[in-house]
Amino acid sequence: MATTLPLNPGSKPLPPPQRSTPQSSKSTPQQQPQSGGLRVPSNRKTIYDRNINRTRTAELSRASFAYLFGEMVSYAQKRVTGIQDLERRLNEQGYPIGLRLTPLLLHRLSTPTAPQPRPTRILPLLQFIANPLWRHLFARPADAIESSATNPKEYMITDNEPLVNQYISVPKEMSQLNCAAFVAGVIEGVVCGVLGGQGVGLAAQLYGGENPDQPRDPPAVVSAHNAGEEGGMWPGKTVFLIKFSDDVMKRESNK
Amino acid sequence: MTPFQQDLVSRNVPSFEAHIVVLELSSYQEDVNFYIPTSPSSLTSPPRVVHSLIIINKAGGLVYNRSFSSHLNTISVNDLLVLAGTFHGVHAITKSLTPSSLFIPSNQRTGIEVLDSSSFRLNCFQTFTGTKFLLFTEPGQPNVETIVRKVYELYADYVMKNPFYQLEMPIRCEQFERGLVSYMRAK
Repeated sequence: MATTLPLNPGSKPLPPPQRSTPQSSKSTPQQQPQSGGLRVPSNRKTIYDRNINRTRTAELSRASFAYLFGEMVSYAQKRVTGIQDLERRLNEQGYPIGLRLTPLLLHRLSTPTAPQPRPTRILPLLQFIANPLWRHLFARPADAIESSATNPKEYMITDNEPLVNQYISVPKEMSQLNCAAFVAGVIEGVVCGVLGGQGVGLAAQLYGGENPDQPRDPPAVVSAHNAGEEGGMWPGKTVFLIKFSDDVMKRESNK
Repeated sequence: MTPFQQDLVSRNVPSFEAHIVVLELSSYQEDVNFYIPTSPSSLTSPPRVVHSLIIINKAGGLVYNRSFSSHLNTISVNDLLVLAGTFHGVHAITKSLTPSSLFIPSNQRTGIEVLDSSSFRLNCFQTFTGTKFLLFTEPGQPNVETIVRKVYELYADYVMKNPFYQLEMPIRCEQFERGLVSYMRAK
């Protein structure tokens, strides 16, 4: 049932647009905050009014995250054509998180005298992902960073026990699926945020079909793979495979 | 008063349950020997173990069964389904059998909680949503309450938080399985 309830019943309707004459701007010293779609609490302090470092050490309930993530997986599972499609959807859900976390984490790593530069080289970038990003998301660093022995473009970040998969048992018929594709999306967002360029999923969404010449190669494609052995110590071990593009490799060798 | 009834009295269990639980199961023994240890050595020195676990959904369907000791006779899945359905019915009957003289409000009446026999004890724990956990243990098994709580916790974690589990359907969750086995082994 569609209702036309306002999103934020506490806020008053916006004043009608006024001409910016000097008199009118003086007569309304207290401007209503713009509230398009943003929920405004009763004390009128939005998340943007808060100190950016306030939630640095805040923790969330693992159970509520598990239920939320379970719903995200169920949502992504609707109308999918296959396991790859499902992983792509999960990846897309994680992508914006990585994109937004990059500036926040760089800001928090900076000091007023020594601002933290973007980690544009591959190794510092991987360390940025495996340490500050992992600590921020999962309160511990990633378990390993490796480079592929066969392909110089491929790097791997290992997590022995991904938090997102903690309560998830993938059915036998979908054994290829790893729900940590969501985290792969976050990594992809970070890489794209640092090196510039669009991710696979969003590029497909934004440019797909209509203008196929437009999208550049994404700087990296990230995927999550099961690497746990049955009966081993880490049955849920997951490897995030990061495949950098030729452009990135060329730039890396130039420096 | 048998020692078992004394035990019940000491645990403040309403007396009617004492009557329910001392029902003789002699006619049932052939059918449920799945849960009865058959090797003589285990009868002489009873190992304090959990024999098996059954989970029944709120409609009376069997959604999970697993045995934890190796010396049990096997029983066909069909019979297990019948057992689950029968217990569901018996549970409902015992719930309405509660004497009104006990002045227990109808929403607090429970059905069978413990069913004792000479060779095993059946513990039933019902959740608020009507799911029943049936735990078959040795008659002298201590701390059954704790074990059932832990099983419920594992169920809440690894079954209910799993996006691939469909409600009221048979449980096929690897993580749940793994958690159960490691908990039962650690005990």
